[in-house]
Amino acid sequence: MKKIIAIIVAILAIFALAACAVTPTPEPDNTKAPADATDGTGETGETVDYSNFKIGVICLHDENSTYDANFINAIKAVQAKLGLSDSQVIIKTGVDESDACYNAAAEMADAGCKVVFADSFGHEDYMIQAAKEFKNVQFCHATGTKAKVVNLDNYHNAFASIYQGRYLAGIAAGMKLNEMIDSGKITAEQAKIGYVGAWPYAEVKSGYTSFFLGARSVCPSATMVVTYTDSWFDIAKEKTAAENLIADGCALISQHADSEGAPKACEAANVPNVAYNIDTTPLGPTTALISSKIDWEPYFELIINAVVKGTAIPTDYCGTFATGSVALTKLNESVAAAGTQEAIDAAKAKLISGELKVFDTSTWTFEGKTLEEYVADVVDNGDFVKETNVIHDGYFDESNADQFRSAPYFDFLIDGITKK
Amino acid sequence: MEHTIKSKKEPLIHITKRDAMPLWKAILIRVIAVVIALAVSALLVMVLTKKNPGQVFTAMFNGSFQTPRKILNMLQDVAMLLCISLAVTPAFKMKFWNIGAEGQVLMGALASATLMYKLGNTGIPNGVLIPLMFIGSILMGMIWAIIPAIFKAVWNTNETLFTLMMNYVAMQIIQICIATWATSGSGVMGVINSMNEAGWLPQIFGTKYLLNIIFVALLTVFVFIYLKFSKHGYEIAVVGESENTARYIGINVKKVILRTMALSGALCGFAGFLLVSGASHTITKELAGGMGFTAIMVSWLAKFNPAIMVGTSFLLVFLDKGASSIAMECRLSESIGEIITGIIIFFIIGCEFFIRYKINFRSSNKEVAK
Repeated sequence: MKKIIAIIVAILAIFALAACAVTPTPEPDNTKAPADATDGTGETGETVDYSNFKIGVICLHDENSTYDANFINAIKAVQAKLGLSDSQVIIKTGVDESDACYNAAAEMADAGCKVVFADSFGHEDYMIQAAKEFKNVQFCHATGTKAKVVNLDNYHNAFASIYQGRYLAGIAAGMKLNEMIDSGKITAEQAKIGYVGAWPYAEVKSGYTSFFLGARSVCPSATMVVTYTDSWFDIAKEKTAAENLIADGCALISQHADSEGAPKACEAANVPNVAYNIDTTPLGPTTALISSKIDWEPYFELIINAVVKGTAIPTDYCGTFATGSVALTKLNESVAAAGTQEAIDAAKAKLISGELKVFDTSTWTFEGKTLEEYVADVVDNGDFVKETNVIHDGYFDESNADQFRSAPYFDFLIDGITKK
Repeated sequence: MEHTIKSKKEPLIHITKRDAMPLWKAILIRVIAVVIALAVSALLVMVLTKKNPGQVFTAMFNGSFQTPRKILNMLQDVAMLLCISLAVTPAFKMKFWNIGAEGQVLMGALASATLMYKLGNTGIPNGVLIPLMFIGSILMGMIWAIIPAIFKAVWNTNETLFTLMMNYVAMQIIQICIATWATSGSGVMGVINSMNEAGWLPQIFGTKYLLNIIFVALLTVFVFIYLKFSKHGYEIAVVGESENTARYIGINVKKVILRTMALSGALCGFAGFLLVSGASHTITKELAGGMGFTAIMVSWLAKFNPAIMVGTSFLLVFLDKGASSIAMECRLSESIGEIITGIIIFFIIGCEFFIRYKINFRSSNKEVAK
């Protein structure tokens, strides 16, 4: 008897599975609903009406990751600024870099989102997949490289010239090293910086190189050791990596990995730390110097207003100091060396005017030589073939969205930086 | 009531094993457990977040049922979890603690991804490539399962530790492959063959995942019959109950262990094939997403019965989707959904105790105490 019931249940279950699986066929009708609605927003009224608007934000991790927290805080700030309700701003956290991303994007489009934004590099292919299907929804992706290649009207990349912010944070680090040298805490030769990187990827390499160049611009004897965790977010690994670098004699630590592991390790060992994405002063009141960060508020505002007003979103957007996208958190005066703020301000003014170039080829060498040409993989066909020269007029032209692309392509180790 | 211990001073509470319980009563206990679990969760939500519990539970339900797409995505997740649960079941029934399903699935997935990546641009037709990937995945999963099985059968090593460690080895192998193929160093493989869709399982009736769901439904029937009605299934049950008995009645225990683990691994490899070819079209070390471990719970909760596993895997997927939906709709941290999931699973597992055992309180009344 039991067996028979079990078999019947099994068969029913299979039918149920099959039956339910077929039901979603009328899907295309659903997807058209938001499409019709978009036509209504093409109005040309003076006051901007956001009532009909909805945005979806896809995050790889939740707020515990400093990287994702940076996006979540930005979209919440924009929401408050524009007076949007919680139901108009959907934030989905913990979305893997797999089919889960496509599903999340499609569900957001179904729910009437006019823009869907994803924050992690590995989300890109799935965002493109969704963009191909939902022609009337805009898909925006941070750190991506393919918008210029795929040629879709509704798929966009965005990043910022964060290497400039990194350079300024590097100046704060270099000044701190100078202070330590002057006070006799370390010798000039011991001015070694430790860097915890996530992946040996251009975004990370570009970040630490610009940071290092900033530090060396004020502390000429500075060197740097880099170690990779092979993960964007791993508290234990990042903490251990920072501890190992400190044990190796690094006088200052910085990181491009998304947890609080490294700042906490620095606070415990009383070693100065320069962070990324969030202000880490609360984590390390006596060691946190400053953080550079990409402020995503201007971009979120831009895409929301573009969709509401019916204007175009740039295919590849690179935020700058001018747009307010590249920012530094408040300098921790109790840790920083005297005159740091002034030095940062002066350098920032020169970067904005163009007088100073972060990757000025006269300030660094590669394998002992000054480079006059470097061919990088700018056009991302998925083939990993390097095809475009990005050095001109005496500098490496990083994150040039007009000519090349917003996502970084500086991907080599300059002299003075070693990999551990 | 023969189990009742007679003593001069009876303890305040003592526990006795129940003989058998009518099905309706067992179901009733489970329903009560879920209701209490929901009530406790609702209370917790009210206290912690000041949100209306009705809103929270609606969000939970919406996670799986709000739109046809969500139902389909839910069914795909159920199918994948069920597939891996079916894979671990024969081994668990044999009391071979295979906690290496995650790694076996990943190795299966890696085999498929490798073939897709290497052969995708050679112009090989899908009619050849997909069967190749299918065979490759099954073989890889099988190899990954049979290594610890050989060690167990020949040297009696601890299979729990061995299979667990094999998971990490599998993840590292995937990392190495990605680092070799994606030379930009990003650690992201991206969608493979997005241009020509080589090695992608076709969509039938224009519906994503439908083929995955049908395959797993068929697999459920197969495993059900295999365990219940085949000689192999009987041998697995006997080895699981007592190896000595099995030996006594002439079952070759080593052979059964090896054969069963090979089957477990093959089915895990099949799950990996479905994940790559029928869903994500990529490879990452998170591709199995911990399902190799969740599957153990699915299998246990269903007492190794494949038909009931349909229900338990649905329950776990429903809770998981509900949790992230709560986090999304109510702007709460992901943790609150996970706490609710934990409470519900705790009550469900806890109620099994009351189904199997009876609690007797001391009573002065001789008749009741018996």
